[in-house]
Amino acid sequence: MKLSPRRRRLIARVAGYVVFAAVILAVAGAADWDRLSEAFFRLDIAGDMFPEAITVALRNTVTYTLLAFVFGLTLGLILALMRLSSILPYRWFATAYIELFRGLPSLLVLFMVGYGVPLAFPDREIPGGVYGSVAVGLGLTAAAYMAETIRAGIQAVPKGQLEAARTLGMSHSRAMISIILPQAFRIVIPPLTNEIILLTKDTSLVYVLGVTSTTIELTKFAGDTLNTRVNPTPLVVAGLLYLVITLPLSQLVRGLERRAGRER
Amino acid sequence: MSTIEISGLHKSFGNLEVLRGIDLAVEPGEVVCVIGPSGSGKSTLLRCVNLLEEPTSGSIRVAGTEVTDPDCDIDAVRRGIGMVFQQFNLFGHLTVRENVTIAQRRVLKRSRAEAGRIADKNLERVGLAEKAGAYPAQLSGGQQQRVAIARALAMDPQLMLFDEPTSALDPELVGEVLAVMRGLAAEGMTMLVVTHEMAFAREVASRVVFMDGGVVVEQGPPEEVFGAPREERTRVFLHRVLEPTRVSEDEIGARPAE
Repeated sequence: MKLSPRRRRLIARVAGYVVFAAVILAVAGAADWDRLSEAFFRLDIAGDMFPEAITVALRNTVTYTLLAFVFGLTLGLILALMRLSSILPYRWFATAYIELFRGLPSLLVLFMVGYGVPLAFPDREIPGGVYGSVAVGLGLTAAAYMAETIRAGIQAVPKGQLEAARTLGMSHSRAMISIILPQAFRIVIPPLTNEIILLTKDTSLVYVLGVTSTTIELTKFAGDTLNTRVNPTPLVVAGLLYLVITLPLSQLVRGLERRAGRER
Repeated sequence: MSTIEISGLHKSFGNLEVLRGIDLAVEPGEVVCVIGPSGSGKSTLLRCVNLLEEPTSGSIRVAGTEVTDPDCDIDAVRRGIGMVFQQFNLFGHLTVRENVTIAQRRVLKRSRAEAGRIADKNLERVGLAEKAGAYPAQLSGGQQQRVAIARALAMDPQLMLFDEPTSALDPELVGEVLAVMRGLAAEGMTMLVVTHEMAFAREVASRVVFMDGGVVVEQGPPEEVFGAPREERTRVFLHRVLEPTRVSEDEIGARPAE
């Protein structure tokens, strides 16, 4: 019997759902739920992590993220403007910086800032202690990415905007500040928010700087608790707390992109 | 003193010579319309006047100031020259009112109140007072272009440059922009207009300049240039623009299939 195209499509669709449900059921049936919950969902261990998990660890994670973001954004903006400068050495420098720091692992840069610099200059120190080191150590890398994002944003502002501003008698820098950058930032808010999400996760590298009980962040906090309790539940708790930060941010990005799509 | 005085103006983009020796003067109160085929250099000529394009050689004086002089404070000269673009170029992140006040405040250092008053006056001038709070994206093309005119006027220019101001508009929106421009001309504004609107040029211009191939082919009062063009190139152009349905296959070298 020959199936009509409509019936064939229907059968293919139903088969898709059936395969998916079967795989889920097979995995769920094969899993050892008791052991899983004993390992990853011990409520007593999870409960003991609070309130420090939030008042110290989560708070530090957010603090590190924001410090690195502000440092990186400032440096990234400067690099983006240098990259677009008419002065050739500025362009060279910005390009070299961006290529260099995009090509290096964040962890290596963090080591360099946390240990390399203090060893080279024992009589100087980065202000702000570990907070300063994190801002610089993660910010240096983030700046390279944000510079490229901001440059793309500036170039996405139509050329006529600058011409119109200059025609009204604005200097180049005035036109940049009042006309171009505000529009460029509107364009780059979604990608910059993504950058915050990446930075949030990168703060897990901070443990290599040897954090104390007051400067500890989520991953190290979870790792320490895992060691003392010999149970991986803390990792799940930390994971959920990361999601508390990152999920609203990605939701925000999506909302902003939708809005930007409407305004165009 | 002429408002614009252009002499021996050449402009090349790489190997492409777009302007090949232009001499042109615009007197105060004159409305000069520049017409000609695409690629004839009309827009480049206009953009050289306020130095959006750097001339390759030649000199341009605006109200006595040599803009081609390397020591010229071009920002100061531009304050006195309003410019209206084909693509409107309103600032998308600002409301209509802010579009009209920002340069007054940042460049002319007018107070918020004064800039606002002048903005309202000029928005009223172009018939868009009630749109002051809107964003450019919420306006039609014709409305945007009228705001662009108000924005330029708010700087109290002594000269207005129009670069094909109606070319990006839907046909039914052209009239409202031309109406504003006609009003400006009647008020005695000195205007240099690059346009494809022949009816406007014929009616409003004090002088029409026909350009082709980077040179001024002929110029004169509209009734002469349109009514009795002296040059063959002008005649061909006007024929094609004014009577597009009368262009024969013969004259463009098309051969119908056997």
